[in-house]
Amino acid sequence: MDSIDRRLLNILQQGIPLVSCPFLEIADSLGISEEEVMTRISHLKQDGIIRRLGGVFDSPAMGMKSTLCAMTVPPERIKEVAGRVNAFTEVTHNYLRDDKFNMWFTVTASSAQALETILNKIMSDTGVKVTSMPVLQRYKIKVVFDLDEE
Amino acid sequence: MKNDDVLDLLIKELQGDLPVVSRPYLALAEKVGLTEDEVIDIINRWQTEGLMRRLGAVVRHNRLGFASNALVAWKVDASECDRVGNSLAASSRVSHCYWRQTPADWPYNIFSMIHARTRPELASIIEELAAQVGINEYKTITSMRELKKTSVHYR
Repeated sequence: MDSIDRRLLNILQQGIPLVSCPFLEIADSLGISEEEVMTRISHLKQDGIIRRLGGVFDSPAMGMKSTLCAMTVPPERIKEVAGRVNAFTEVTHNYLRDDKFNMWFTVTASSAQALETILNKIMSDTGVKVTSMPVLQRYKIKVVFDLDEE
Repeated sequence: MKNDDVLDLLIKELQGDLPVVSRPYLALAEKVGLTEDEVIDIINRWQTEGLMRRLGAVVRHNRLGFASNALVAWKVDASECDRVGNSLAASSRVSHCYWRQTPADWPYNIFSMIHARTRPELASIIEELAAQVGINEYKTITSMRELKKTSVHYR
């Protein structure tokens, strides 16, 4: 990654211009050609730096209900329980962490009722208590990483 | 106004990967049965309404050198949550910050996701943040393994 890649990533994270030829607009601001912008994007994708180019929707604004859940899973059952939890498409993230609550996952469902149904299903499927910690207040959701910052 | 099926189709496409072509909105438009201008207008409207936070690159932060991350949960009195939450949110190293309803056996109610390049840097950022917000009771929950990471399916 060179300095143009870093500037390009900053621009792409902030937002792709909503114009007919957005990559041309980005190219002009970087002083390179449209083809070069597209080639660089392809490389950043191949290298796994860009997961995808697309829309990031706001779950609450879309009417979705989500929560962070914590479980205390016996070490010997982690693989099995993770399999059962991850089987739900509504489970978007699941992390093993070094705490008394060792499995932390997020669930996003189409309604409060659907969310509750899934949590109950996870509890009955695994026999492990699920502690739900819904959001009371959002202070920040940012997924932009500034690459110029040192 | 376009019918819901077309909008659902567009949402589905936008949750995927935008084609890297000269006119990506035209490519999308042709796929879902709209015009290029309509696609641009709809995305504009969704952003104004807050339905879409942004249209851009979703990056893998660990590939960008931010390899050391932790979920830090802070024990904060309800009356102090907004002050602490907003103060943490102001840090460029905090990507997510929420006040959550927690059970009695887990009084750590302000959750912040913190990103650093190295373990020592992570530790010093957490110390700085603790001093900044004046909270001494917190749990650093480092992620040992990612068991699943996908996007939300809206439609």
